[in-house]
Amino acid sequence: MNNVSLIGVTSIVAATLCMALGSIAPAIGEARAIIQALSSIAQQPDESGPLSRTLFIGLAMIESIAIYCFVISIILIFTNPFWTFVSSKSGG
Amino acid sequence: MPITPDSTIYWHHGFVRLNATILYTWLLMSLLTMLSWFVTRHLKGADSPRSRWQNALEAVVVTVRSQIRDICPQESDTYLPFAGTIFLFIATSSLLEVVPGWHAPTASLSTTAALAICVAIAVHVFGVLKQGVAGYLRHYIRPVVFMLPFNLLNEISRTLALALRLFGNIMSESLIVGVLLAIAPFVFPLIMQAFGLLTGFIQAYIFAVLSMVYIAAAVQSQTEQKGKTNE
Repeated sequence: MNNVSLIGVTSIVAATLCMALGSIAPAIGEARAIIQALSSIAQQPDESGPLSRTLFIGLAMIESIAIYCFVISIILIFTNPFWTFVSSKSGG
Repeated sequence: MPITPDSTIYWHHGFVRLNATILYTWLLMSLLTMLSWFVTRHLKGADSPRSRWQNALEAVVVTVRSQIRDICPQESDTYLPFAGTIFLFIATSSLLEVVPGWHAPTASLSTTAALAICVAIAVHVFGVLKQGVAGYLRHYIRPVVFMLPFNLLNEISRTLALALRLFGNIMSESLIVGVLLAIAPFVFPLIMQAFGLLTGFIQAYIFAVLSMVYIAAAVQSQTEQKGKTNE
């Protein structure tokens, strides 16, 4: 296996691992947040407005971690800087 | 596969390039401005019957104002133009995805970074206007001087997070639809596109609410401190 194909294989594996591992923790976090918010709304239905607003903000905060992983995977797959460097070096 | 509308270049002369992001931002700006101008041309007083469009725009303004009042109760009207404009821009650019051929300008990192930098500057401007330069700068060394680098890091990371969150969400919608078109081209892209309208609107809400929360934190830190010492 030469260096160019090594870069390609590593990029794809890294992108897949990044997306797979990086979505586990935000999923667990969002689930816990929603559980808490639902039980709070069930206890106090009058406060559902502020509760759901805070829930949405918190979910966006947690979700942004998964979004970082997604952006990195997209960069690794579609606009890989190492791949571009190697292919420009090899006279492509 | 092009992942941002930046790479679609319509016209270039020297180093000046007109790409899809700029073009659709201008289209969106002119659409919003022309619509507002057209509706508010013949405004009527409170006692006369209003037109249909005036009712619609007033509903939007009243909703945004009540949301801002929930976050920052003292003076919601000061921040209404800024937060309302950001919300309307992002929401309209996401909702216009139903128009065929529309590229949402928020699917480009340049647009979302520009919006996030606007928010970062507005936080400082509103904070300084409210508390003065010394009073505003003092909140960086609160509770202790040791926290100064963490507070500075917080400024940078939240601006980066604002930009990347909006970019990732909006860009992933068009990308998912593109991938699904290759796998299951008949019904599933429609479902994901309808879902994308929902997430685009929620992202607009979240961007506006987060920027309001940051502004409120910069404005209120001093007054809360005074209130606590008085109690």
